Amino acid sequence: MSTDLHELPVTNVEPALVCGKQEDEYEVVYHKPATMVDTAMHYCPGCAHSLVHKLIMEVVEELDIQDKTVGVAPVGCSVFAYDYMDIDMSEAAHGRACAVATGIKRLMPEKYVFTYQGDGDLAAIGIAETLHAINRGENILIVFMNNAVYGMTSGQMAPTTLPGMHTTTSPDGRDVSFYGAPIKVSELMANLPGAFFVTRQAVNNPNAVRRTKKALLNAFKYQQLHKGTCIVEIIGNCPSNWKMTPVEAAKFIDEEMVKTFPLGDIKIPAAEDLKIF
Amino acid sequence: MTEYKLMKGNEALAEAAILAGCDAYFGYPITPQSEVLEYLAREMPKHNRIVMQAESEVASINMVYGAAGAGFRAMTSSSSPGISLMQEGISYIAGAELPCLLVNVNRAGPGLGTIQPGQGDYFQSTKGGGHGDYRMIVLAPASVQEMADFVFLGFDLADQYRNPVLILSDGAIGQMMEKVKFKPYTRPQTDKSSWATTGKPKTRGRNYITSLHIQPEKMEEHNKHLEEKFRKIRENEVRFEEINTSDADYLFVAYGLSARICQKAMDIARQKGIKAGLLRPITLYPYPYQRLNELASQVKMLLSVELNSGQMVEDVRLAVNGKRPVEFYGRMGGMMPTPEEIVHHLETLIQYHHVN
Amino acid sequence: MNSLNDCRQLEELIVAGFGGQGVLSLGMTLAYAGMVENKEISWMPSYGPEMRGGTANCIVILSENKISSPILSQFDSAIVLNQPSMDKFAPRLKPGGLLLYESGNIFKPSTREDIDIIGIPATTEALKMKNAKTMNMIMLGAYLQLKPVVQNDSILEALAKVLPEKYHHLLPINRQALELGEALAREMKTQPV
Repeated sequence: MSTDLHELPVTNVEPALVCGKQEDEYEVVYHKPATMVDTAMHYCPGCAHSLVHKLIMEVVEELDIQDKTVGVAPVGCSVFAYDYMDIDMSEAAHGRACAVATGIKRLMPEKYVFTYQGDGDLAAIGIAETLHAINRGENILIVFMNNAVYGMTSGQMAPTTLPGMHTTTSPDGRDVSFYGAPIKVSELMANLPGAFFVTRQAVNNPNAVRRTKKALLNAFKYQQLHKGTCIVEIIGNCPSNWKMTPVEAAKFIDEEMVKTFPLGDIKIPAAEDLKIF
Repeated sequence: MTEYKLMKGNEALAEAAILAGCDAYFGYPITPQSEVLEYLAREMPKHNRIVMQAESEVASINMVYGAAGAGFRAMTSSSSPGISLMQEGISYIAGAELPCLLVNVNRAGPGLGTIQPGQGDYFQSTKGGGHGDYRMIVLAPASVQEMADFVFLGFDLADQYRNPVLILSDGAIGQMMEKVKFKPYTRPQTDKSSWATTGKPKTRGRNYITSLHIQPEKMEEHNKHLEEKFRKIRENEVRFEEINTSDADYLFVAYGLSARICQKAMDIARQKGIKAGLLRPITLYPYPYQRLNELASQVKMLLSVELNSGQMVEDVRLAVNGKRPVEFYGRMGGMMPTPEEIVHHLETLIQYHHVN
Repeated sequence: MNSLNDCRQLEELIVAGFGGQGVLSLGMTLAYAGMVENKEISWMPSYGPEMRGGTANCIVILSENKISSPILSQFDSAIVLNQPSMDKFAPRLKPGGLLLYESGNIFKPSTREDIDIIGIPATTEALKMKNAKTMNMIMLGAYLQLKPVVQNDSILEALAKVLPEKYHHLLPINRQALELGEALAREMKTQPV
């Protein structure tokens, strides 16, 4: 696809003059990674996607693997991920990202291939493709964004919706006797021998962000080992569909989401597998 | 000098895939085409190619999507119910303009149907199948030799137009054995670097594969671009075969296995003094509308013979546009008409239309 | 698919019996022999969900010209190995056709008088050779004696190709079976049917 068919409006904000200083008189203490496209994002304020996009791109920049990285975007809020990440990417049909990634990685085993999938995409319609890819031990990274709700279609119940949680399709709260309990995808997948590294993180506070970054960095590096699939589940904030302010959403993760989805490593590689690092 | 081999249609197709430089095959077992996956599972690793039995046809087609998107020659094959499962992926592939080769060894349906041959997937193959405005180039082999030849042609056309190509065969052509010769093949040069997702070097912008164009203006622009491509395909890629049409009074129109049966029916009819001819569409999309329209001026009646309840006959009627009577004869459910049966039907129709 | 002015083929044969009787490989050997002689050939199997034990048949066509329909309703010859196949295909022989049947498995041959009907006790003979699987080659040998549509050498060459290499130690016994079939058919020919 040619890039020009796909441009979103570019932010073109004049640098503000503060304290009468010109832009070049400021000391740069932070900049976003060069592997990000310089454009405005469509995500809501307080959404986890923009932050996780940036973390992934930081990892790609730090490992200097932009020319070796291929991402697979899902159907969901992050369907436009390829508008923001300055790497080669492929959109996948809803739920099929792991199959698409399999096709890419098997043909180019030396490349770093990751999927970026939400809970509806990965845990509902795409769970078969996900499970089989992991069971084959595909050497890919699955970034699993779990915000317990269908975001793009505006707030329907997901397989990971918490018991009693109100969504547009569970207006009286998720009834576990009718829909079953939320699927703990990472715990489920960690049982498969093909899973190499499985962790669940969040990005709702600075420490959590640092831990997520570390997990993503490791997961990318592990692809060099050809030892199996890495799954980094990230509990994502979704203030819009949770009907909360960004601050309330960040608190909701610590107070409610972690009860069902406890944070931390679920499956870590054996020390002997990591000897080369 | 290349030698003849005795092979099943499915095996010839699989061997041709290797010779055509197919980098990857993803598939799922289903009768009557499992030989393709079996053959390639045995042979592809010897050539350092990728072959994988996927967990479903849904996964197969999306693996093809990934591999084709990365610029590789990728293919899958299945039979009717499996092809139905792939329709979502095919629509995405067409939307994202990925070159790849698909094979449907058609069995009779609907539903689980039967594993015996059929041509009931004509509509699905030529009129869309999946959602949205797209077309596939559809090649219909009528022999084991063509099962092999169309793999080379199919891959080349797919690359040339950045479009999926479908080989629409059937259980009989897939399972029968004939002698086949693999001709020397030179792969045309195609540069996929401007769009394939191989990892972005600093020297170029990022490549991305997508069928998503959320703004209506952009979507329409993309639709128009696709339509322009399909127009070129209609202009340049119509393929058909004519037998005994120069003096024909009656024209059989049939593809694939039906065309083989009709050829014998034509011979029997001619022995009886009925001047029958045959037009065999080789591409079902693009369809030989123009040639059929020309032939309609010259013959008295056309008879479309299919292994379904009457699908291609609609295209024959479109082509003939009322000039002459267009009739249909078909068998279904895996039953096949005999040549004698077809001749008998032709004779009845000649009486009925008083066109002798 | 070139034009065919003469729709007559050299031989239109159906081979039918139970799965496991070697129906398909009999047909395949003949088809292969045809190819060795640069004839046009087609081999069209019936196929079903069962691997063994069901009915199986294949149509083999040999021709000097391009073959049109691989599917036929009438045949020049039939080799039938069980009663259901006899019942099904005997009526489909063209007048003057050859109906060759395995007489150990078939107790009610066709009563048609306009075709040649010849029974071969191939199963019994194969058991005498201590290899029941050679039954199909005995039948093929008998058929070729009566209808020499391909040369002997071609069949031997075909056999080596059709039989996977790991079974090539069985080539001699298959050759013997072919010869035995030929001999049996010669005897049958000299007796009134």
